Amino acid sequence: MPNNLTIRVGGDTGTTTGVISTGEMITLALARSQYDVFTFRTNPAEIKGGQAMFQVRMGNHPVLSQGTNLDVLIAYDEECLKMHGKDLKAEGLLIFDADVFMAEDMYKEQAYGVPFISLAQKDAGNKKAKNVVAMGVVAEILGLPLESVKQVVKEQFQHKPENVIEANLKALESGWSWALKNSVLKDFAVKPRELKTSKLMMSGNEAMAAGALHAGCRYYAGYPITPASEILEFMQKQLPKFDGVAIQTEDEIAAVISCIGASFAGAKAMTATSGPGFSLMLEALGLSSMTETPIVIIDCQRGGPSTGLPTKTEQSDLMQAVFGGHGEAPRVVMAPANVKDCFFGIIKAFNIAEKYQIPVIMLSDQSLSQRTQTYTRPKLNTIPVWDRIKANGSSAGEYLRYQITDNGVSPVALPGKDSSTYVATGLEHNEHGYPTYTPANHFRMTTKRHKKLEYIAKEKGFTRRFGDEQAKVGILSWGSTEGPIEEAIRKANQLGYEVAALQVKMLHPLPDEEIRNFLSSVQQVIVPELNFTGQFNQIIRAKYLIPTIRLNKCAGMPFTPEEILNKIEEVITKT
Amino acid sequence: MANVNTHVQSVADIKSKVNPVWCPGCGDFGVLSAIYRACLIMDLDLKNTVIVSGIGCSGRLPIFTKCYGFHGVHGRVLPTATGIKLANPNLEVIAVGGDGDGLAIGGGHFPHAARRNVDMTYIMMDNSTYGLTKGQGSPTTSPDFHLKALPYGVQEENLNPVALSLAYDVSFVARAFSGAIDQMTDLFVKAIKHKGFSFVHSISPCTVFNDTYKYYRERIVNIPEEHDVHNKKSALDLWQIKGKVYLGVFFESGREDLGTTLKNLSQSVQNKSGKGSIDKLFDQFS
Repeated sequence: MPNNLTIRVGGDTGTTTGVISTGEMITLALARSQYDVFTFRTNPAEIKGGQAMFQVRMGNHPVLSQGTNLDVLIAYDEECLKMHGKDLKAEGLLIFDADVFMAEDMYKEQAYGVPFISLAQKDAGNKKAKNVVAMGVVAEILGLPLESVKQVVKEQFQHKPENVIEANLKALESGWSWALKNSVLKDFAVKPRELKTSKLMMSGNEAMAAGALHAGCRYYAGYPITPASEILEFMQKQLPKFDGVAIQTEDEIAAVISCIGASFAGAKAMTATSGPGFSLMLEALGLSSMTETPIVIIDCQRGGPSTGLPTKTEQSDLMQAVFGGHGEAPRVVMAPANVKDCFFGIIKAFNIAEKYQIPVIMLSDQSLSQRTQTYTRPKLNTIPVWDRIKANGSSAGEYLRYQITDNGVSPVALPGKDSSTYVATGLEHNEHGYPTYTPANHFRMTTKRHKKLEYIAKEKGFTRRFGDEQAKVGILSWGSTEGPIEEAIRKANQLGYEVAALQVKMLHPLPDEEIRNFLSSVQQVIVPELNFTGQFNQIIRAKYLIPTIRLNKCAGMPFTPEEILNKIEEVITKT
Repeated sequence: MANVNTHVQSVADIKSKVNPVWCPGCGDFGVLSAIYRACLIMDLDLKNTVIVSGIGCSGRLPIFTKCYGFHGVHGRVLPTATGIKLANPNLEVIAVGGDGDGLAIGGGHFPHAARRNVDMTYIMMDNSTYGLTKGQGSPTTSPDFHLKALPYGVQEENLNPVALSLAYDVSFVARAFSGAIDQMTDLFVKAIKHKGFSFVHSISPCTVFNDTYKYYRERIVNIPEEHDVHNKKSALDLWQIKGKVYLGVFFESGREDLGTTLKNLSQSVQNKSGKGSIDKLFDQFS
């Protein structure tokens, strides 16, 4: 029995419905059998037409990356096989729609042509059910319990009429029987596992939205944009249950500005967007920073610039997040590493935003936001949630909204709650909040606002070190690249290479002490990033004045562990 | 401090320590004065009142009051006010801003504020010029006006804020004039009392770059008493009469405000599926 399988489904969305839903059903069935899963998908930017791909990698341990080579490929058309055939392992299994095309002879030993369309027509009375026929074939090959898979199909069609559900169950059995009758290879059978721990299966976007709710977010405003829209939809569905408000605004500017308004009124507020929308939010970022009104902005990065590659991944908004906007506006930039981290990370984002009354940007990316991963169900009562320090009308004498303090944080009065009224302004102001342009005041208040960053840099839990203890080669990584890097390091360590990594989860301000310790422990540093110019690499070089080795991929796709491993080998064997 | 009475007894109680920085004769003094008086008449609680503003001469207004205030960025007064009111529906939210702020850079937000009908008041202080940047043309600058910064005048047609708000279906539409403060006060009171998004187009001349006091005094007329404020068509007729600038309430409707709609939505969702909890949410993903 394999402990690790990668299954890919692909086809043209113009002629095939259900590429994604086939993949989703397989994923859910595997997760229900208590396997860890990690999904990866590419959609065309168009709703209909163009090749779509859905991939699930399962294992009996947390799966770290999407994987490279395929154990099973389900090809709905010839174009799909042309695109993905090269990724199929020599011993891998090809399942193709025999009603649409014939696979070339080179696949003869490993190919099964299933008449998906005619089976769907014959047994379910509807050609469209061919994806469920495919699901039946896969389920039988994997040896998943039929009853559990039926349940998945029922859930997939739960909002459809009874006869549609019936037809799809017939389609499932049709595929199942075909696989049984044609005795497809059984090398891929996996058994359902019995685990004590309860697991959740979520996408990165769902995990961030759920985490925001736990952190106390009760105001959400957003504008639709790929790949962040799922957060808007999630919040619109959930916030009414939590006595909160979610609105879809006329643009990203209105979204972020209304969050600042809501936060001024005392609510924890969030918006989510992608690069183009985040560009529009930069002026407001300065307003949040200047008025010291906390907000959380999620940027699900995608390929850029301009409209770029809306459905593909990239880590190219780092400079924009750290430095974007006019003037010098302190802000915090964080990046989750995986789906579990999306949940815990966004709670930290709110905590830091509230404690320091500062905007926090959470940099996800398409591959993380839209991937599904399993993780152990968090124990909610162990997760701290922080709130901003309130004035509570306690100030003797006149209320100083922007009182100079050691860490730059001043108690805040909330409208409707506190008689210490004040006016927040984007103009430079004094401790009272009154507009003041004197040279001394500008320096004093700029210092106050920046003081917070010194304290935030000392907050714990924003790095994770893994790999060899004695490593001479180190990898500094951020965001969604953690998984393939960890997988590569495990292989490298097995091969005898001494290499370790430091995953940095707060990119501004940098967790200085942890980074310095790591840098001084290694002799060479590789900085892998999914961008062209090496943005994090530039920040590290500028701050620590060290030579680094960069590894960049600008292809709209995540790293594979092999790409990281090759670089490790190159660096180590060269020295 | 917490139990201090923040209800105002006199106009002096509302004035902040910061003196207005406007030019002598500026129409904005009239608007500020009418806001002070409206707060007094309505017995508003300063701690429950938020005045939100954009950028421009008018943007300074909240700083001259003892209410809570938010002086945000250019053109974004309506989204700011929307966020404040939806986050805390118990607050009285008054948005103020200029014609450039509301119809040029922020023009995209106006129809959506109308569509949402959040229970707040928007006072557009219209001087038909950009005063703070020294007299450029604005979206409401009429080709009849002569601005110092525009030797050849404006070539574009001016927007009419009342016409726009009627077309956008704003649920309360009125026009006031800084030269008629009693009436302006009365209209502000009506607008604040209106449950929903209320809009008062407040003509507020700039004595330095676009002194239109004389122009308007020659043209202003009160809306006839027999005008039916619920009749959109006759409201639309009023703004189209050439050579006259009507003051008063044009239109009013009792459409439900967004805060109420969202509250009801929340209630019906919770009646159906219970109050939300993260644990229940997790169950859906396990």
